[in-house]
Formats: sequence, C-alpha cells, structure tokens
Amino acid sequence: MNAPVSPDVLLSVRHLDKFYGLNKAAARKMLKKGAGKDEILKRTGVTIAVNGVSFDVERGKIFALIGLSGSGKSTVVRCVNMLQRPTAGEILFDGRDVAQMPRDELRELRRTKVAMVFQGFGLMSHRDVLDNVAYGLDVRAPFGGFLHRPWRADRVDRAAEMIELVGLKGWERKPIDSLSGGMKQRVGIARALCCDPDLLLMDEPFSALDPLARRDIQFELLSIQKELGKTIVFITHDINEAFKMGDTVGIMRDGRIEQLGTPADLVLTPANDYVRDFVQSVNKTKFLSVKHVMVSPSCLIRDSADPLTAIREMGENDVSTAYVIGRGMEFMGVVTLNAALRARRENMSSVSSLVTREAPTVGQDVLIGDIIETATDTPFPLAVLNGKGHLEGIVSRAAILSCLS
Amino acid sequence: MSAWLNLAKFPDALIIHPGSAIDGAIRQFSRDHRAALASIKAATVWMLNGIEGVLNWVPWWALILLVIWAGRAVSRRWSVGILYGAMLFAIGSFGLWGLMIQTLSIVILSVALALLFGFPLGVMVASSRRLEVAARPVMDFMQTIPSFVYLIPAAMLFSVGKTPAVIATLIYAIVPMVRMTSHGIRHVDREVVEAGAAFGSTRMQLLFMVQVPQALPTIMTGVNQTIMMAMGMVVTCALIGANGLGMEILVATNRTEMARALMPGIAVVFVAIILDRLTQGLIKKGERR
Repeated sequence: MNAPVSPDVLLSVRHLDKFYGLNKAAARKMLKKGAGKDEILKRTGVTIAVNGVSFDVERGKIFALIGLSGSGKSTVVRCVNMLQRPTAGEILFDGRDVAQMPRDELRELRRTKVAMVFQGFGLMSHRDVLDNVAYGLDVRAPFGGFLHRPWRADRVDRAAEMIELVGLKGWERKPIDSLSGGMKQRVGIARALCCDPDLLLMDEPFSALDPLARRDIQFELLSIQKELGKTIVFITHDINEAFKMGDTVGIMRDGRIEQLGTPADLVLTPANDYVRDFVQSVNKTKFLSVKHVMVSPSCLIRDSADPLTAIREMGENDVSTAYVIGRGMEFMGVVTLNAALRARRENMSSVSSLVTREAPTVGQDVLIGDIIETATDTPFPLAVLNGKGHLEGIVSRAAILSCLS
Repeated sequence: MSAWLNLAKFPDALIIHPGSAIDGAIRQFSRDHRAALASIKAATVWMLNGIEGVLNWVPWWALILLVIWAGRAVSRRWSVGILYGAMLFAIGSFGLWGLMIQTLSIVILSVALALLFGFPLGVMVASSRRLEVAARPVMDFMQTIPSFVYLIPAAMLFSVGKTPAVIATLIYAIVPMVRMTSHGIRHVDREVVEAGAAFGSTRMQLLFMVQVPQALPTIMTGVNQTIMMAMGMVVTCALIGANGLGMEILVATNRTEMARALMPGIAVVFVAIILDRLTQGLIKKGERR
C-alpha cells in the first residue's frame, strides 16, 4: 500500500474509491463478494462511482483518462483537488496525501500547485476576461483580494501574459458573454496557468466545443504544454482526443480502470474486448510509429557479396529487392533483381556498385502518419534505421495501409 | 333531520381556545422585555425621523429632478424619466406630498432593515440543506397569512404609531429577500462555484467573490419584491395608526368618501410604480453586464 513514489512521479493515485450514499460499509462488503454496481445500488442505495482506481502521472507528462459518461472519470479528477472527498484510498501529490491534508494546506495546494479547467468553462460572468484569469491571484492577495484589486500592476501583467499565451490578446477587457466557446475555454486555460501550477486537471475541457475549434485548441494546448512542461490529467470521452493528448491513457468503465498504457500498448495489446472495441475506431497512424509495424528484412546481403549470391538469395525468398549492409551492419542501400542479373551478365565481382543509394530510409520512432506519402511513392519497402544508421527492419506498404483501416 | 344536522355540525366539544393563552404570552413578553422594546421603539423613531427629516429637507423639485434622472438612467430614455417625474408632481398637486413623505419614510426604513436582516438570513439558508427545508414552510406561512395578522402583535408590543408599522412591514417584507437571496446563491452554476473552490478560495471569498456577485440579479429581484410588499403593507398599517397615505384612505373609507380615497390611492400606485421600475431597471442593468 505504501510503496515509495518515484521522484519522477508527480501524482500517484492509489486504490481510490468514491461511494455515494449512506450505507457504505454494506456496499463494500457486497463489492468484496463480487456483486455488480447495479445490484449494490438496488440493495444498499449506494452508488459506486470510483472503485479501486490506481495510476501514476509522471512530471511533464499528459495522462488521459477516458470513459463513457458515468464511468467515474470526472469523479477521479475531482478527488485529486478534493472537490470530492474520496471514500478510501490515497492521492499522493509530491508524496503528500491530499486526502489527509489540513484545510490550510489544501487551500495552499489549490492556490499554487493544482489548477483545474472545466467542461462548462466555470467562468464568472461578473468578471471580464482579465479578471477571470486573475482570479487565482486575487484569492491569494492580501485582504483576500477584496481591496485594491484593480491597481495591482503585477496582477494585471501576469494575467495579460497568460491571455497572450492562449492567443486572446486584445480581449482583456471584454465581458465573458461576448466570447465564443473556444475562446471561453482559452480563458479557462489561461486562468489555470496564471498561478503557475505544477499540475493541471482538465475535466473534458474541449467536449463542449465544435470540432474545428476543438482541433485548434488541442494543438495549442499541446504546444503550451511543450513550452511550459506542465503535468496534465486530461479527462475526455473521445478516444482520438485521448490518444492525441495522452502520453499514457487509462480506459475507465464502471468506476474501474480497464487498462493503463501508452496509446500503442492499448492498440497492440488490448487487455480485453472492451478495450479492443474502444480503440477500434481510432486513427492509428497518429501514434503508432514505424517500430510497431516493421518486420525484419527477408533478404539481406553483404556489400561484398557477388551478384550470383544476391540473385540466389532473392530467388529463395521470392522477392525482387535485397537490402545491402556493410561490415558493421550499416545500411548501404538496396539491390534490385534486374540490376543483379545485369551485373551477372557483365561478370561483376560484387554488388557494391549496383546499390541504389536513393533507397528511402526512415527512423524507427517516426509516426506512421508522417510516412504514408513516402511509402506509397517508392517501389520497395522502406528501410528502418536506428540512430547509428544500422538496418533494424523494413516497413512494407501493406503494413502501413493496414494501420489506416 | 335535526339529528343529521347535529352530526354535520363541527362539535363544540372539539373546539379549542388557544387565543387567550397566546394573547397572555404576548402581554407577558411585552411586560418582561419592556426596556428592550422601549429601546427598539426609540431607535426606530430616531431613524424614521432622520429619514423623514432628510426627505423633507430636500426641495420637492430636487426630488422630482432626481427621479427624472434615475428614470432616464435605468431606461436610457428621457421620456421615461419625465413620466416618473410627472407622477411625482401629480402627487404634489393632489396636496399629498407631506403624506407621501411619511409613507415613503416607513417604506425606506423597513426595506433597509429587511435587506440588512434578510441578506445574511438568505445566505444562511442557502448554506445548509436542512435549514432550507426548515425555513421554507415558515416563509410560506409568513407570506401567505393575511397581512392584517401582523398588525396586532406589533401593536401589542409597541402600541400604536409608526414603530409597529415599521416592525410589521419589516416582518412581512423580509420573506422575499431571504427567499431570493437563498435561491440565487443556490442556483449559481455548479462549475462556477467549483472553479472558485478549485482555485483556493476561502468560504468568505467564495461567497463574496463568486456566489453573491453571480446571484446578484436574483437578489435584486428579491429587493424589488421586498419594496413592493413593503409598499402594500404600509397602507394596511394605517389600521395601527401609521400616518401617511394609508391613513387618508382609511379615513375616507370610514366616511365612504370615494373621491377622498381615490387621490391617495392613485398616489400609492404612482409611488409603487416609480420604486418598482427604478429597481427593475437596476436589475436589468446588472444582467446586461
């Protein structure tokens, strides 16, 4: 239960439970016996919102939690900053259990360390854009921000800086109601970033936006995250969004996490049918990289090999191209069957002069989505090289196209 | 047949008489707390005289100009302001200016007190589900019971005059203020309140920097209703000796003098319209922001 937290981990949620209702003890007993959520609700009146959820979030990483509505994902994120009090479990933020914090410490945590972005924006219509962004600064100001709020230059500067960061420069003194949904959520993000928190909690931040605004703001959030290196817990019900934003993704159902892993893990090794169904519709080219689909080259020859060997190798493997490597496994290029046959006629001693240098190569961490065009333009499979220029494998056109379906 | 009539009639034996006990309790209370009641009365009279003094000190035309300006400010139309000014002028030309000032003073003081007590009460009711459940029937009762009923205990405790009128009006008019304050705070968007909490607000900050400003249009509707109810009650208060427009109507009613009752009646309507529209305008302005 109390395994030490690695210093890389900013947030560690362990065995988190959240039940709603009075008779929690009876509900827990039924849960241990393996009763279902609906049965427990009927018999005890207790709703099991979150049931034994554990995950770690590393510093500077985005953790995406995905599930259908009612799967408990919003409750999990609300437990992290104690908007909801967990029924059981630990929420270790920098090694300190948030659930055990005294009120003052919790307030300090909310003011300086953990900020939140809401699905319905949660903006205050009685404040303009800048005053909304500065809200977090106001509550920590002397006299509770009631006094001399408008004249504090540092407050205005900091808020204006955040507004510029989210691309709303010039809108500082506009009322909230005059903004579009996408702009409102930019204000929400600016407000969250204004206190320079370590952790950003985002509860379906883009679900209320139209698809176009959504794509823009996703992209912008990713670039802001890259710039500022914030740790983010990102809630969504859109699998494509989860895979686009998340370094790691957790799939939730009925208050439990079905599987945790990188997007590639979830697609390549789904833990069960639910996960498989969930990730089925996703566009895999956006997060699968070359190393996930490459195969070892079937026909590999040394550059010192003579044309006859090359022809025989290709013949045995029933292919018309051979991949040529040098003494240290470094990739030289490819030799086609036609070139090898010609060399045989001309009695050449080795294939080294026949190698097509322009053979397309690709790094093993390149995303499939980025090489679709190259792959369709070249007549033979791409050679996958590691950092040292060594041949690691090849990617066929068929393998790439299968990711698209 | 007569046997059936006996069965249909509510039996005398089941009739109780709590009246004397209640009256006795109120009299006892008034005897026990004579000093406190006397100081409440003194304070009320002092405040009322102050308000009346100010209203009488202000020249009549200045008050009309003020109403014209306020009417134009809330509606952005001069015509509206001038209409309100004309209403006030008409009251003066009916010869009712002095009586109107007396009535207005009672309204202003009782509304001010209703806001002063009603706002914190509303905040308290909003803060606890249980308190709300307990307060709702009480408030329904207070609002539904015929307003005359408030007059008697007020008169028993403070004798006749303007003090019981202020107290009765205060009790009658405080209900919408409590109700709307509580309703407004309760219905602030959940995520806005969550956002306030998530950024580390204290309870006071959450209340005064998020909930009350967000609930302000609803609270202002409560203020408007409080003013309107006070305006209605203050006329009834003539029955316990509150001088003003109501007294004029009461006297005319007793003598069945239609014309004499009509003018102050119209004056009451005019004052009510002016107060209502000015406060409504403030609400709309708040919502436009």
